[in-house]
Amino acid sequence: MDRETVIEIRNLNKSFGSNHVLQNFEMDLFKGENLAVLGKSGSGKSVLIKCIIGLYLPEEGSIHLFGRDIGEFDPREWDIVRQRIGFLFQSNALYDSMTIRENLEFPLRRHEIKKQSESNTEELIRETLANVGLEHTIDMMPVELSGGMRKRIALARTLILKPEIILYDEPTTGLDPITAREISNLILEVQKKYETSSIIISHDMNCIDIVSNRIIMLIDGKCYAQGVFDNLKDSKDEKVREFFE
Amino acid sequence: MKNWINVKEFLEEVGGISSFIGRFFREGFTPRYEFAELIRQCYWVGYKSLPLVGITAFIMGLVLTIQSRPTLVKFGAESMLPLMVAVSLVREISPVITALICAGKIGSGMGAELGSMRVTEQIDAMEVSGTNPFKYLIVTRVLATTLMLPILANLSNAISLYGGYLGVNIRGHISWHLYWTQVFDALSYSDLVPAVIKTFFFGFAIGVVGCFKGYYSSKGTEGVGRSANSAVVVASLMVFIIDLIAVQIADLLGLT
Repeated sequence: MDRETVIEIRNLNKSFGSNHVLQNFEMDLFKGENLAVLGKSGSGKSVLIKCIIGLYLPEEGSIHLFGRDIGEFDPREWDIVRQRIGFLFQSNALYDSMTIRENLEFPLRRHEIKKQSESNTEELIRETLANVGLEHTIDMMPVELSGGMRKRIALARTLILKPEIILYDEPTTGLDPITAREISNLILEVQKKYETSSIIISHDMNCIDIVSNRIIMLIDGKCYAQGVFDNLKDSKDEKVREFFE
Repeated sequence: MKNWINVKEFLEEVGGISSFIGRFFREGFTPRYEFAELIRQCYWVGYKSLPLVGITAFIMGLVLTIQSRPTLVKFGAESMLPLMVAVSLVREISPVITALICAGKIGSGMGAELGSMRVTEQIDAMEVSGTNPFKYLIVTRVLATTLMLPILANLSNAISLYGGYLGVNIRGHISWHLYWTQVFDALSYSDLVPAVIKTFFFGFAIGVVGCFKGYYSSKGTEGVGRSANSAVVVASLMVFIIDLIAVQIADLLGLT
């Protein structure tokens, strides 16, 4: 039986000046899977997920989200489709002038479709914070939190709209190994609890080993290889082996 | 070649600001309206700028009066001092100085705040969560400066005229009642109305330039500093250009 495709990318090209970051890149994300995109720094991993979410415009090729070409979306449709896709930024991008409560409340208050009553909002915020184990931080400011806590709060803010797809941009970068493992486990928990499909951009092999169901290796702007972690680990290809050594 | 690059950059900047203004009008007058954020921005732009504007206005009125007295005394026109001070302050000095102070305080603040939100991806985070950051961040700030600057300029008028009263009384003596009678006799609506109208444009220009520079900030912390700096420079320049155009229009309409 064919699995349902939630993201389909064909012949994607993106360059910045003379730097061709993505060249005829192709991939599919299936419903319920955690797909890790592995590549060196500057290989275009972040550019790829920013193209998917519409922060960058692709030059050529097509990206289909839930079966629709993103080139057809007007701003209003983008707002609606973005409620179904969460994005965890590498820098967390928490609103530093707002408390944790306000950070989580912000996307809810501004969505006509997902607008909640006052008591529902409070309940939802507390429930989402509890899911990342940080309910006690509700009235704190982002600056008062550690790097790992900020990452969890950023994930909670992503989860509050109950997205169907989550795009993780280097979720463990800058964290100590123990916290990085906690975040990796949290990504797995999120996949199970919220039944999400995810793309995880990373070059942290431990994280990829824990979270991924499938891996795509992005080399020279192309999908160089793909497979499950153990298969790629045993690959004879020199470029692939480089990542696992 | 370098001159051509500068011309190209300048034209790109003008084009960018024009399209930014177009987007402001498109997004500003369609729902959803961010009233709570607008009130918050009005509080920051208006109320929080009041002490600085007030102190500056008071000193400006006082100094202008003290500096003008010797010349008027030389021509035997000392009694014209309240009249001269009132017209100068209300028509020109007070609105322009208030706008320049706001360009420095508010323009740079907006440039730095939005710039740092841009480089830390907070604006992108709003966008990907399906929130329209332009409506929330830009429309509210530009409206706040447009609405608050005329109020600040009028308060500045009142405070600077009070400073003028004290300035007149340092060397001479004039009663409170006589001073204000002379001031109001000297002023007409044709002095006040053009001055108030141009402050709306000053506020709009300060808001647009500050927000534009911050919203399109790049190149990390260096870019944030550059955004804040160029917001002040360009906004101040815009204030003088708008003032020049306003004076010409008022002159053509016979309001001088």
